[in-house]
Amino acid sequence: MATFFGEVLSVYSRAVEEDDDDLDDENEDEQIHREIEEKREVHIAWCPEVAQSLEDSGSNKLQCSDLIIAVGTNAAGFLSAYVLNTESWDAVGHVSLWNERSRGSSRQSIALLPGEPACLFYRHRDNPAVLVCQSTCYIAEDQLFQWTEKVFGCLQKRGLSVMVLSDSPVAEYKTPDYLYGSAVPFLRSLKSSASESQALCPALEQPNILTGLPAAVLSHCQVHQIPAVLYQCYTDVISPDSITMETYKPALLCLSKLVKLEPCLSADVLRKFAIITEAQSNLYT
Amino acid sequence: MMFVAAECTPTSFKDFTLIMPAISVGNVGQLAVDLIVSTLNMCRVGYIHTDCLIPMAGNNPYATFAENANDLSTNAEVYSSPELRLAVLQIRTPVVQTKSKKFCKLMVSWIKASGFSRTVVLSSSHAYQRDDQQLLGTPLRYLQTPSMQKVTGDRLKEMEWKEMETVSTFPGVTDSEQRLYIPGGGATKGLFTDSCAEDIPLVVVLIFCSEGDNIPDAFTLLNHLNTWLHLVDAPAQTQPKWRIPASWRLLFGSGIPPALF
Repeated sequence: MATFFGEVLSVYSRAVEEDDDDLDDENEDEQIHREIEEKREVHIAWCPEVAQSLEDSGSNKLQCSDLIIAVGTNAAGFLSAYVLNTESWDAVGHVSLWNERSRGSSRQSIALLPGEPACLFYRHRDNPAVLVCQSTCYIAEDQLFQWTEKVFGCLQKRGLSVMVLSDSPVAEYKTPDYLYGSAVPFLRSLKSSASESQALCPALEQPNILTGLPAAVLSHCQVHQIPAVLYQCYTDVISPDSITMETYKPALLCLSKLVKLEPCLSADVLRKFAIITEAQSNLYT
Repeated sequence: MMFVAAECTPTSFKDFTLIMPAISVGNVGQLAVDLIVSTLNMCRVGYIHTDCLIPMAGNNPYATFAENANDLSTNAEVYSSPELRLAVLQIRTPVVQTKSKKFCKLMVSWIKASGFSRTVVLSSSHAYQRDDQQLLGTPLRYLQTPSMQKVTGDRLKEMEWKEMETVSTFPGVTDSEQRLYIPGGGATKGLFTDSCAEDIPLVVVLIFCSEGDNIPDAFTLLNHLNTWLHLVDAPAQTQPKWRIPASWRLLFGSGIPPALF
């Protein structure tokens, strides 16, 4: 591409190159494609109790009034610190998938290995219609739709409400005015047309968009007329960070209506969930 | 591929014209579609809900006032203008790499099932791949399926539109078979060949361009299309006025930090 200043850059084109394999795939190629597709399939494993409930329900769907999904380490850390910290939550399932960045093989147990990216489901003991999902593993573009269809395929659509908390780097936030450091981290919201909830923070302004799992979930809710609200936290820190986690606090207003929450949290508790990234390189020490 | 209606009332597209983009170099087709939806103030009537496209969501890209700014938009939506008997499909994300063929087949079967009287695919092709002849004259080309030929006859030729040239299957070999080649056109060729096979009246209108600021290319393509479809009235010798949507802000990034200079 030619730039404004006259130099020529070779840029990766956003266009998909036309498929030149108009010739029929060899059987062997087809076989390989099929195997790759199978390997990339998304699997949900529920604990025996939930699996039984699914079977007993007749429609193979769980009764669920509220699904809360945390995408990213800060969102997951926030839920761990403020919501999942009481004894009233049971780990009831996980999603296992394979892609180039998430090499999780199908796991036998649901226990989370510390620090390992994963996708776990928790259910509240006193209110089993409330489900929490913490997703910290990378889900590839071709797996997002499948993840969403399979997860929502297990839940009754009627009476379902969805909340998504999602981390995003502030570098991806487009604004005409330069964002000074003190403004970050901050929250923006998006909701599906069926949602009547009040916004707890400003709406995500155009031309900013969502991608990845939050986009797949919100699109699904929009198309199927499920009330859904998303809180996206823009932060300039890559690793889990207590200040970023605290930014999600406005969401507590909605969450406290569903389950009993810890009234006040000390900074120490939050720090426990924030991993201190050690300098990998001692080049400058 | 599912077309899911936005409201409970089913929409009928029988005998409508469908305009859709191909995801191609410079995203020109998609930019042009944005201009159509924005200018004609079209209403969203449904979504294309499929695993063939990468997911995306955002607020209303065509927002004109605060009340409609917060309607959620997804990666593929269908807009309609019943008075003009026009439907427009906007696709906002790339096709998943392994699903290109599936996407073409599903689109073609949706077009067939909906009963569109004609379909227009807006597309583009790499300008750097042009041969010596193509470097001269207009960068705009068209292609029409045999079924479309029956509908429009020689209208496009009479308007002096240029048909997309074929290339030699084996360059340099004389008398080699000719084939259709649309580099950078994404699914354009797939859609075209599948439509020929399924007897669907379909026209491809494309422009040769390069990646960069492709807004002028979108205007050129759209003005050219308008000379045939007359989507927007324009007094003689002037170009029609298209409305740029709110989502076209900051196409090349955020505001610059003042401390940089």
